[in-house]
Amino acid sequence: MNPKEPSKIDPVIHFESVHREGKRTRRKQLLWFGALFAATFGASWAVAEISLEKLAGGLPGIFDYVAKTLPVLRFQSLPQDMGEWYWGIGKWSSLLVDTILIGFLGTLLGVLGSSILCFPASRNLMPNRALYFLCRRLLEIARSVPELVYALLFVFAFGLGPLPGVLAIAIHSAGALGKLFSEVNENIDSTAVEGVRASGGSWVQIVRYAVVPQVLPNFASYALLRFEINVRSAAIIGFVGAGGIGQELFFVIRQFVYPDISAIVLLILFTVSAIDISCEKIRHHWIGKEQLL
Amino acid sequence: MRAAQTVLPEAKVFELERRYPFLFRLSGRQKFQRLVWAGSLILLILFSIWKMDVSLAALGSGAAKLGWMFALLFPPAHHGWLDVFLYALLETLAMAFLGTLFASLAAIPLGFLGAKNIVSNSGVHFVIRRFFDVIRGVDALIWALIFINVVGLGPFAGVLAIAVSDMGVLAKLFAEAIENSDKDQIEGVRSTGAKRIQILRFGILPQVLPVILSNSLYYFESNTRSATILGVVGAGGIGLQLADRIRINNWDEVGFLVIMILVTVALIDTFSREIRMRVIHQGRTRP
Repeated sequence: MNPKEPSKIDPVIHFESVHREGKRTRRKQLLWFGALFAATFGASWAVAEISLEKLAGGLPGIFDYVAKTLPVLRFQSLPQDMGEWYWGIGKWSSLLVDTILIGFLGTLLGVLGSSILCFPASRNLMPNRALYFLCRRLLEIARSVPELVYALLFVFAFGLGPLPGVLAIAIHSAGALGKLFSEVNENIDSTAVEGVRASGGSWVQIVRYAVVPQVLPNFASYALLRFEINVRSAAIIGFVGAGGIGQELFFVIRQFVYPDISAIVLLILFTVSAIDISCEKIRHHWIGKEQLL
Repeated sequence: MRAAQTVLPEAKVFELERRYPFLFRLSGRQKFQRLVWAGSLILLILFSIWKMDVSLAALGSGAAKLGWMFALLFPPAHHGWLDVFLYALLETLAMAFLGTLFASLAAIPLGFLGAKNIVSNSGVHFVIRRFFDVIRGVDALIWALIFINVVGLGPFAGVLAIAVSDMGVLAKLFAEAIENSDKDQIEGVRSTGAKRIQILRFGILPQVLPVILSNSLYYFESNTRSATILGVVGAGGIGLQLADRIRINNWDEVGFLVIMILVTVALIDTFSREIRMRVIHQGRTRP
């Protein structure tokens, strides 16, 4: 193949030519990439209707807006001022509890759905290709449609309130968790599966006695992570009328009740981070226990 | 198929049970723990159902309406609105692209500010990091609502919403990447007598650039997904069309739009994975 012996080429000349070649291709790539990037940027700029005047006019507006949402807090009358800022704390806490419960029930139903679908959606557990394919596609569709779109559809069917929110979150989480769960299933140690199969276990028994004990800690960890995500989504999903604190936030933003906006946003931030921190503690606790075994 | 089974003699099973009782049944404490867990779970579920006022009648009538709606989704049709829908999709992609671009550009200097090895004052570090936390804690949809009040309805508000909410996330990620950068390289540049800005440029930036690129690409992918829904609150793109079609009960068009969203998300997923693999691969093999 190679007409010249390697030793006959001057190594310096060889290096120079390879280096020049590499430089040229890299420069060509960069040029192409730059042109593509510039074109995309220009097109996006036009399509997204971006105007610097609007931004320049709007930018002070943003700071103005944030400033308006900040409450008047005076040191002399701090308790009264706080009370005035958080005048709706009773109603808002109840709505926050709703939001957390929407996240909880949605996660629970999502875990239920995904743990039914994830075993047939695992390549190593499902010999029936058609059923495997069907479950995979079902999970894919469930997770590809955003929660808010499901919520829009369900609000139309079930009316305003937390129920459509729960269902929207449940379907989306079932899809997202189903993918993660089936990946966990595909990474299990197959000797346990073979052991149960050798002792005459049926498919359900294989899943119950060989797979579930191996994957349960991972499932629990993913479910808890999903719960954190779902509480966030539950707070947002109210924007389209699916209950919880989001519905109230949407209302106060639309009605320009400025101090209430900051009060509710801070309340949501606080709740979400409290849940994140406690869930992280629990997860680390579980993972720690796992590693000891 | 099934191989011949070896059955353990009964005496052997009894022997095993006597020696390893915990393999055969739960201890009293374990039973009690499980009972408490199951009980509190059931109580929590009942409380949720009571608190949310979910009734079987509402569930039934809703399910019936959902079935009727689902039947109307098929066959999906665009009724001559295809060009409008495609333009809306383009708008969504443009929002995601520019939003991510602005977010990463703003996040690079912010990331340097938030890195402990650049700004070592712990008080300043704490304030900057909490500032990032608050910005990324507020969802893009809330930012969209706020920006609609500021710059009006349309995709521009969506671009700003994505840019601001992702700026917080990316700044945090970049700051962490900068904190994790290799000290030797920085010291090497410093030893040549480089100024501060040269240390940043030649000591740190080459190390964190792959992280910045791959994260930006990843967030572009995730933003195309969030950009599809920003329109629901009025920030342009395909979500606006979707919310409109639901409002006026054109269900076959809703079906069409949902399928368009599904296809776009799948395409972007595939492309982005391809590009990310290439970027990571290049970063690894380049001498």
